[in-house]
Amino acid sequence: MNHIALKMLMGDRGKYLGIIMGLTFASLIMTQQPAIFVGLMTRSFSFISDLGLPDIWVMDPKVQFIDDVKPLQDTKLYRVRGVAGVKWAMPLYKGLLKARMADGTFQTCNVIGLDDATLIGGPPIMLEGKLEDLRRSDGVIVDIDGAKDKLAKPPLTPGGKPVPLKIGDSLELNDKRAIVVGIAKTTKTFQSQPVVYTTYSRAIRYAPRERKMLSFVLVKAMPGTDIPTLTRRIHEATGLAAYSQKEFMDLTWNYFMKNTGIPINFGISVTLGFIVGAAIAGQTFYNFTLENLRQFGVLKAMGTSNWTLLRMILLQAILVGMIGYGLGVGLTALFGYAMRNTIMAFKFPWQLLVFSGAGVTLICIFAALISIRKVIKLEPAIVFKG
Amino acid sequence: MQAQTSAAVRCKSVVKTYDTGGDKVVALGGIDLEINMGELMMLVGPSGCGKTTLISVIAGILDQDSGSCEVFGEDLMHMRSNQKLKFRARNIGFVFQAFNLLPSLNAVENVSIPLIINGFKRPLAEKRAAKVLEQVGLGSRGKSLPSQLSGGQQQRVAIARALVHDPRLIVCDEPTSALDHETGHTVMELLKEVALHQDRALVIVTHDARIFGFADRIARMDDGHIDKVVDSVDKL
Repeated sequence: MNHIALKMLMGDRGKYLGIIMGLTFASLIMTQQPAIFVGLMTRSFSFISDLGLPDIWVMDPKVQFIDDVKPLQDTKLYRVRGVAGVKWAMPLYKGLLKARMADGTFQTCNVIGLDDATLIGGPPIMLEGKLEDLRRSDGVIVDIDGAKDKLAKPPLTPGGKPVPLKIGDSLELNDKRAIVVGIAKTTKTFQSQPVVYTTYSRAIRYAPRERKMLSFVLVKAMPGTDIPTLTRRIHEATGLAAYSQKEFMDLTWNYFMKNTGIPINFGISVTLGFIVGAAIAGQTFYNFTLENLRQFGVLKAMGTSNWTLLRMILLQAILVGMIGYGLGVGLTALFGYAMRNTIMAFKFPWQLLVFSGAGVTLICIFAALISIRKVIKLEPAIVFKG
Repeated sequence: MQAQTSAAVRCKSVVKTYDTGGDKVVALGGIDLEINMGELMMLVGPSGCGKTTLISVIAGILDQDSGSCEVFGEDLMHMRSNQKLKFRARNIGFVFQAFNLLPSLNAVENVSIPLIINGFKRPLAEKRAAKVLEQVGLGSRGKSLPSQLSGGQQQRVAIARALVHDPRLIVCDEPTSALDHETGHTVMELLKEVALHQDRALVIVTHDARIFGFADRIARMDDGHIDKVVDSVDKL
């Protein structure tokens, strides 16, 4: 009977394609929008995840997310270093400073100051130059996106393309000279400003003078030390907040989830996609069943059980579900591939496949249920009506 | 009329009423009827006289309110629904007025449906279906879809479908009403020639007076009752 079910389904090309289109649309929306959402939210903590070396981030207890810097006194660094179980603790400066461009315009940059001796916290991938070049006088490393776009030099000819910043070029950070000694690739962050790496002491020199300048203390635990125990110990000893990398990422993620409209906006898109997909697929599938009701009646009159008819309808629903799901997910993957080198945030973890799979399954169950009900209640005697 | 001894169908005092929004409409008001093996019985009468209700009860797709209707000695009303389905699948073949072929299946696939319902594997069912299609003169049209066949050819496919699983009772509802006179005549000849033999009974519901001559007996119905059973069209 499976063969008959499939032939019935595919026999009506228009309806068959209509159901598949509905499910493809639902599946596409249920993967593409969350993929953009996840990509965007991942950017909120990408600076934390880029720094793989430290086990613990120490900061002011009032800090709510990575960009919510509340500076500490430099002496806090020594207090953290004094806590038992700390292998090393390094300072990190993070702040927004204005860079003056060659054409006299200003661009706000996200300046990262790394420990002068160890350069811990540097960019994950160096495209040009070396991290150690930061030790050269006035040296800074610029991220590739910033170098090509917002920090790029004016075009050589009117209407031409901006000239990307390259090693040896100079810019002014808060009226102080900075020489580009390297180009790095960093994961895009929530903020769109160019990222400029330099040493901690130079970053403090660039930044307007304040009583407190230290943004974070990066901590490596002694081998064998329990991280939660050490974070608790640092907190107790210094009064500062101490989070594992995962905890700090979660803190940042949760801040954006609670305090921005991003989840609601994407949630609405996904819900609408689900409802529209369910409506199109459910309605078309139901119409398809209604139009085939007489055929189901014939099968019923000839001795086909309700259970067999139910299996036939489920098979039809599963088939269109799988095709629609595959096409939707495939289109999302294509979209992600096409957008890979653009500013568009896109991340497609396996959980999204499960999520959209569950969504499409729900739609198919809904579509099949309303159809099954009709077929089960069908009186086979309708076949004798002309 | 041939001398018949064993009854394929035996209906006694069959009553069936329909509830139409509070009003009770008596469709069958105590029908007594016997159809013998090897017999072609026609049920005739005006529209709404209960012919279709009666064959629905005989075919086991509708339960009567009271009375008994035994088909090959079994009262279908008292069977469990599973048993009734199996009985129907095994013993009854259907020919409908509107042919009711599945439009997306070709002729062989349509004819093989009753065998598949009876648990045959598809290749075997289709092989057997192709043979029966040959019997009804459509051996070369096995791969054709219903839309590619004429009305007469579609009804031949429907007859092949009704015969393929070798049922003991064939129930036909207005088998010629959608066909022109000549095609209807051919279809009836085919039904009588291929379908009717000593181990099988045929019940045909029809308005079409042109085919009354094919019947062994004719039961005339009116207003939920059988008012006359005759063995010749002249006696109607």
